Amino acid sequence: MREIKQVKKDWPDRAIVVSLMVPCVEEAWKAILPVVEETEADGIELNFGCPHGMSERGMGAAVGQVPEYIEMVVRWCKQNTRMPVITKLTPNITDVRKPARAAHAGGTDAVSLINTINSITGVDLDSFAPQPTIDGKGSHGGYCGPAVKPIAMNMVAEIARDPETRGLPISGIGGITTWRDAAEFMALGAGNVQVCTAAMTYGFKIVQEMIAGLENWMDEKGHASLNDIVGRATPNVTDWQYLNLNYVAKARIDQDACIKCGRCHIACEDTSHQAITSMVDGVRHFEVIEAECVGCNLCVNVCPVENCITMEPLAAGVMDQRTGRPVSPVYANWTTHPNNPMAKVAAE
Amino acid sequence: MPEGQFREGIAGGRLSADQYADNFSDLHPPLDHHEALVESDRCYFCYDAPCMNACPTSIDIPLFIRQISTGNPIGSAKTIFDQNILGGMCARVCPTETLCEEVCVREVAEGKPVQIGRLQRYATDVAMGENKQFYPRAEPTGKTIAVVGAGPAGLAAAHRLARHGHDVTILEARAKAGGLNEYGIAAYKSVDDFAQAEVNYVTAIGGIDIQNGKALGRDYQLSDLIRNYDAVFLGMGLGGVNALRADGEEADGVINAVEFIAELRQASDLSGLPVGRRVVVIGGGMTAIDAAVQSKLLGAEEVTICYRRGQEHMNASEFEQDLAAANGVSIRHWLQPKRVIAEGGKVTAVELEYTALNGDRLAGTGETLTLVADQVFKAIGQSFVPVALNGSGASIDLEAGRIKVDAEGRTSLARVWAGGDCIFGGDDLTVSAVAQGRDAAESINRALTSNGRA
Repeated sequence: MREIKQVKKDWPDRAIVVSLMVPCVEEAWKAILPVVEETEADGIELNFGCPHGMSERGMGAAVGQVPEYIEMVVRWCKQNTRMPVITKLTPNITDVRKPARAAHAGGTDAVSLINTINSITGVDLDSFAPQPTIDGKGSHGGYCGPAVKPIAMNMVAEIARDPETRGLPISGIGGITTWRDAAEFMALGAGNVQVCTAAMTYGFKIVQEMIAGLENWMDEKGHASLNDIVGRATPNVTDWQYLNLNYVAKARIDQDACIKCGRCHIACEDTSHQAITSMVDGVRHFEVIEAECVGCNLCVNVCPVENCITMEPLAAGVMDQRTGRPVSPVYANWTTHPNNPMAKVAAE
Repeated sequence: MPEGQFREGIAGGRLSADQYADNFSDLHPPLDHHEALVESDRCYFCYDAPCMNACPTSIDIPLFIRQISTGNPIGSAKTIFDQNILGGMCARVCPTETLCEEVCVREVAEGKPVQIGRLQRYATDVAMGENKQFYPRAEPTGKTIAVVGAGPAGLAAAHRLARHGHDVTILEARAKAGGLNEYGIAAYKSVDDFAQAEVNYVTAIGGIDIQNGKALGRDYQLSDLIRNYDAVFLGMGLGGVNALRADGEEADGVINAVEFIAELRQASDLSGLPVGRRVVVIGGGMTAIDAAVQSKLLGAEEVTICYRRGQEHMNASEFEQDLAAANGVSIRHWLQPKRVIAEGGKVTAVELEYTALNGDRLAGTGETLTLVADQVFKAIGQSFVPVALNGSGASIDLEAGRIKVDAEGRTSLARVWAGGDCIFGGDDLTVSAVAQGRDAAESINRALTSNGRA
């Protein structure tokens, strides 16, 4: 507490948020809050995500996995402190909207997510024990860093577009390592982002790249403030059933950029739609067979050359060689699709 | 500075002991474990990989590199040895810049290929360091095969035949096995007596008896082998050196580059190996480069390669040419030897004539140049010496002066196969000799065992 107070005194223009985890009884929270207030910190974050040890003692993820507890603790905090309350959510649940809604109901000022994911990162194949190994045994640990970013971004977007929590400030967490990661989280609805693993990996200097990169990108695109970007991608996140089934895109390989590694071919050949050649007229040549390409994107993902393979939409009216029909200009999704038995039921 | 550095004539002791050691250390030092992991990570695991198709022995390069990156160098070595039992030497001496690495997609993309040769050396070094033998011999077939020459072709053939359960006798004219791996090739490409270590590794399979000092045509005849063995494989390489066809080439100090290289490879003390102060090498292939660079490394003050055609016609790869240049060798083109000038029987200079292409024909222009030289190396190619085959009772068909073989390595004589530099149509590479020896062995096995079944 003394150190927090000193840091705040030394850096009065910076916000300090204190992360809290105490037993799930009102007295404990009532006791800790005034002590934190005394440091003149700017806010608190309720750690409802920690998967290590604390959950066994009724703290951390043990609270975060029970929406009722979340709501209860948030309410205690809101009643007992003037400080803004951020509720940190665990991803170790099936639907992240439930704990977010609970925090919202309890009156939280914001949610932050994600905390770490229960994981086993490795197994020592000599001792046959999970790694890291403690006296021959191992336990799940909290997984974080770049690998969790896609999971975290989905959860951020789920909360951002949930009608029950819409507008609730979100602090994005999960594998943010570069300015681009930060921008993506913010575009999906995070008002700010938190960085831990990147700093653990590279030191605090890594943040300089994020700040400079964001500035450069915003200048280049003419975004004057963060308000111009926060949540801009949220409306474009939808459910699968609303995707336009009449949208047709085909992979295109830029022959000048292609280095002929053949990975697109073998990925498509072995695990997709056999839609990329490997040999044309006896010459090593990789080219999309439009009549077979379903636009699945796999080739784009495996190609090691940036922008060598792109997905090119077919304009309405253009013949789709795969179906033999022209691309329809009409938006049509699964809810009305003739193959959807549910659609038929609804129609009957 | 050693006393003898600028001594006139052909002399040893031009450098200090440290300089010799330094000059003849590994040209491409081995990758350590960390370096191998970093480098292996650069491989894209291409489909139908161009590198693999460029390898004369068709090693599954993406697979062996992936095995390195996943911490399985032993499995990686097996992938290599499956195709090329001399993969250790090939990793050192292959002109990878004109084979696998030239077509690596990262060469295409960035001008920086994956260092396939050095990765191959890493994996094979690990396995050979542990003397990991991958190939048990099949049940004995009772068949015997004579192999002439213990070079790359002969060793590769012998190993494959031994695997199939046949008993192999290798007859080798020289005192040591290994062929050009032992007696050719620049010393800095095969340090620490690697050629012998590899011979031992290959023959450890068993069933291979190497008899040294047995020269075809001198100690035995081909007809003896045909009579006494079930099959014969000829892999004796090239015994002859092409002449300069220049006046005075018999002068002292005019030396066959291959002999110089062999002597250097066998020298126990490099300071005792004499080299000229001013050296001229005639030729444009790998042998010319090896002789020139090693002359320089032995302390020659001035080394000049003279080649009768242009840079684009040189057989030596661009990498080898750069290596020569980096070592201070100058390469001059469009010059052919005209006359060796000698005083008291010893060479003092070479007179060369400028050449030009007249259509497809190369001709002297009449203009000449004289280079001062106290040592001249002839490196204008080697030739097959068919004389050794004489007296065999039956004659083998030749083509352009070398043994004619079919796609499986069969010669015109029944039960006689051939491979390596002595056959027509090869490219005079170690790795090609290995491929030919291996494939001929498979053909022999099929012939002796009715389609591979004993």
